[in-house]
Order: sequence, then C-alpha cells, then structure tokens
Amino acid sequence: MTGTTAQTTTEVNNGVNVEALLGAREALDAAPEAAQFKWRTTCEWVNGTHCRSTVSGFFGLGEEQSRGKDFTIEADHPAVFAAEDNAATPVEIVLSGLASCLTAGVAAVAQHRGIQLHSVTATIEGDMDLQGILGIDDEVRNGFGAIRVHFDIDADADEDDLKALVAQSQKRSAVFDIITNPTNVFVSVN
Amino acid sequence: MNYVTTVIIGAGQSGLAMSKHLADRSIDHVLIERGEVANSWRKERWDSLRLLTPNWQSRLPGYAYNGADPDGYMDMPEVVRFIQGYAETLSSPIYTGTRVISVRQTEIGYRVATDRGEWRCETVVLANGACNVANVPKAAECLPTAIASVTPMEYRYPDQFEDGGVMVVGASATGVQLAKEIQLSGRQVTLSVGEHVRVPRLYRGRDIKWWMDAIGVMDMRYDETDDVRRVRRVPSLQLVGTPERSTLDLNALRALGVRITGRLAGIRDGKVQFSGSLGNQCTLADLKMNRLLESIDAWVRENSKDGEFYPPHRFDKTLVDAEPQLGMDLARDGIKTVLWATGYRPDYSWLHVPVLDRKGRIRHDGGVIDDAPGLYVMGLPFLRRRKSSFIAGADDDARELAEHLSATLHRLAA
Repeated sequence: MTGTTAQTTTEVNNGVNVEALLGAREALDAAPEAAQFKWRTTCEWVNGTHCRSTVSGFFGLGEEQSRGKDFTIEADHPAVFAAEDNAATPVEIVLSGLASCLTAGVAAVAQHRGIQLHSVTATIEGDMDLQGILGIDDEVRNGFGAIRVHFDIDADADEDDLKALVAQSQKRSAVFDIITNPTNVFVSVN
Repeated sequence: MNYVTTVIIGAGQSGLAMSKHLADRSIDHVLIERGEVANSWRKERWDSLRLLTPNWQSRLPGYAYNGADPDGYMDMPEVVRFIQGYAETLSSPIYTGTRVISVRQTEIGYRVATDRGEWRCETVVLANGACNVANVPKAAECLPTAIASVTPMEYRYPDQFEDGGVMVVGASATGVQLAKEIQLSGRQVTLSVGEHVRVPRLYRGRDIKWWMDAIGVMDMRYDETDDVRRVRRVPSLQLVGTPERSTLDLNALRALGVRITGRLAGIRDGKVQFSGSLGNQCTLADLKMNRLLESIDAWVRENSKDGEFYPPHRFDKTLVDAEPQLGMDLARDGIKTVLWATGYRPDYSWLHVPVLDRKGRIRHDGGVIDDAPGLYVMGLPFLRRRKSSFIAGADDDARELAEHLSATLHRLAA
C-alpha cells in the first residue's frame, strides 16, 4: 500500500523527471550490466590539511561517461585544529552528501507521488568524540557516534504523507546506506 | 509409462483445490506428493505453530471449517486433519511417498519423472508451495563454527537449543513468533530487524484478518497493483494465532525483554554488524500500519457502519532505543545459536524447463508460466491475489487456472 495522493503528476512540478527515472528503471531491469556504475574523484594535496578534489567522468550504462566539465570540492580543517580553514572539513562534506542525497530523494518521491513541494530544508548534526581520531581512547570510534537529520518541509500534503516521503527517501538513499551499513574500502600505494 | 492429461505436483491446499476444479471439468489428472497429504504442515513446522488466520477463513472448494472455534487459530495437527479431510472428499489418485525427479517438455506436453515411475501429460501444475527451502544470507558462512546455525525448517521448540543467548535474524511472522517463545524459555533473544509489516491482531474489536477480508484487500488482483514484484516481496505480517488474540509487534517483544537491533549487515571475526537504519525501518512499518487502519476507517465510514464497531484508535509508535546497538560480539554476549528467520523459497531444482528468471524465480503471469504452454504454478505470494498464498486463496486461483488449462487443452487438440 503506497501513500499516493489524489493529485496527478502533470499538475505537480518539483523539477524531477520521474518518467525518465521510471524508464531508466525498466531499461536497467532488462539489462543489469548497464546498471553497474563507477563513481570517481581525484584528490590533490594543496598544503597542510587543505586538499582539492576534482570530479570529472564516471562509468555507467556500459561505457565511460564524461560531462564536459569538472566539479571541484575543496576540504580543509578549521582554526581550532591549528589549520587554515580554507574549506569545509571532510566530515562536513560527508554530512552534506547525506543531506543532499536525502533531500534529492524527497523531491523525487514527492514528484512520483504527486506532492507539490514549496521548500525543503534538511538540518544535520553529527556527534564526534575527538578522542577517537586523536588516538586518546581506543574504545572511541573515529567517526560519528550518531547523526541526526531534521527535515522542515512546506508542501501540499499532510503530516503523514510528509513522514512517508522522508521515510521512503531513506529507504532508497545511496548515502544513507553508505553511512548506516559497512562498505569494503581497499587502499593501495604506488 | 503412464499417461494422464494433467499432473499436479504437491498435495497441499493448492494441489487439492486444483484437483477439485479439474475433476469438476472432467479433466483426468493425478497428484504426486513426496510425503503425505499436507506434508509441509506435518513435517516442516514447529510444535507451537498455529495459523495466523482465523479458522473461519480456512476454506477450500466446497469445504469449510466446521469446528467449535471459528474465531480461533488451528494448530498444526488440526490443519493437517482439515486438509487431509478435504483430500478424502476427492476422487483423483494421490500418489504419496513419490518424489519428482524431473519435469521436461516434450513435443506434445511434459514428461514428469518420479522415483516411482514416469508420467507423460499435456499439462503440469506446480503446487509444491513457496516454502521448500529456507533462505539463509551469505553472512551465515562467517559464523564461528561453535555457534549453532539453524533455520525454521529444523526448529521445533526452544529446548532443542542449548542454554544461552539466541540471535533471531528477521522480524516477520516467523521471527517474532520464535523470538517470543525462545525468550520465554529463559534464553536471551537478540532480534535483528530489517523490513517488516506491523499490524495489530485486533482493531476496533475485530480481527485484522477479518478487516482485510471485509475491505477487499485480500482479493486485490496482481494486475491491479502498482508494482507486482514489490507486492510479491512484502514480508509476512507480524502476527501470531493465540487464544488471547494478542498482538505480537516489536513493542510487545521489547516488553518481554527481547533486544531489538537493526538489520544484519555482516559478520566478521565473531562480531556481528547491524545497520544504523532501524529507526527508519520502524517508521516505515508504523506508517504502513496506519495506512491500513485509515483504509479500514474509510471503508467503515463509506459503508455507514460506524455504529457496528468500536471507535477508531491508533497504537503507540514502535519504540527505538536512543542508541540502538550497531554491533555484537557473539562470544562476549553469550550467543550460542543463530536462528535465520529470513524467509523461504520454492525448490525448482527438478524443473528442467527454462522458465526461471536470473534470480531463480518462475516467470509467470498470474500463475500461467511464460513460454511453457500447459505449465502452471500455484501457491506463491500474490500469485493472482493477495490471498493466493493463504489456504483460502487456493479456490479462486485453482478455478481460474483450471479454466485457462481447459482452454489450453482445447487449443492443443485443435
């Protein structure tokens, strides 16, 4: 039983091309090899803890995909870490990734369910005990102890529909899965 | 060599219902059954199991429950007697103790090889059910060998386990039922919870299964759903059949002392990892339950029946710890047994007809198998209707598939 509303999708515009997504789903169902994507980024050290990552092409639909432009994401540490604060920290970028993935998901699900969004804001906070990364206490993990996400949504739908939107977004979110489940990471040198 | 028009594989409720409908159409047939009639109910269920549907819902073509407790829930010996009793009203031959070795296509139909001889036939109905093999996740391979790894197929009662902690993986009907009885046996249960469907046993004074029948959701057709593959994967409802008609959800288990964790994400070096998405799984289940209760309230209003039932009410949301456990050290936490309540699948290893998809599932349209004229399947979840895998669903599915089978025979003869 899905939580669809009475509105038709032609009246609702959240900027998401749901028809294209559903078409892609059908096509990839028939050709699962084409569903194997590889996402990439290349990071260059600048100075101190300041780094610059460049996102260019990715692999998907059976071939290399290029965009004709690169995206740059810089990272650094703040003054309390005796650094130069040139950019957000890697962990803040991860939280932004989670917020972005969940928010985009809310828009896509809302489009599919015929819900017109007016504004969506996701506020995220992650707890971190620095005794982990500073090696002070080896029972403390490096990463987040807990992450809290709060959505403020103004839309043409009732509270239960909005809760269902946000719940469905988590169910199908890549970054939510990345953060809540283990992933193998293999690191090599030269 | 034996010849018959139709071979039915399996003498459970689906096979027997098909037998009745074929007999009504004078289509000659036999049933092949590896054990006794109602074998799975006899051999592959645990001691305390009762149906999770009320007895009045146990109907087969021309046959109904006529015992003293229509609102109660039959135990396994009663279910076996019920189905066996039905088999005795039928006149077609049932070859029990006969195992199918292979089914292959021939020029005019099929050849069914069994360990007691071969049958040539024009049509075959696969009624071996959806639960021949327990699904066990790959992670089970990483369990330390000192820990017992058990599926519901081998489970009969809690005391078959040694004393100590038990991790139950999966919180659908089987998982919640076994978690409860194992916890009550004095063994600390940790229940790993992924996607699940929460329902109350009673709502507005009536059994939830009574409601689902009344408002028509059990009769919903597969071709009326938005995504038939999704609905066929919906897990079994968290229900148990008890004389007290108690609700068995995560809150009830928590109150008994069961520890609730997220979905099993992996096992490595004696440590289990659980997903951090438990909160969302519980939210999804609560929202889905409330949508069902809304549908019920809407049906009552639309049919002007408000006076016939207790007023609408809702249930407490599923409690989730402020910090759900993300990991468990099996040895340190005293886990002696892991019970994989992670679902079942049918066995088609003997089906040598290319009708399976890349995940080993039968490709079919409402039970009519793709690319294999005269081959049918019954008893799978939402095969033709939401009730298809329930005892009461066998009649309508058998009637419609028998009609299709009959038309196929006429086409083949022409």
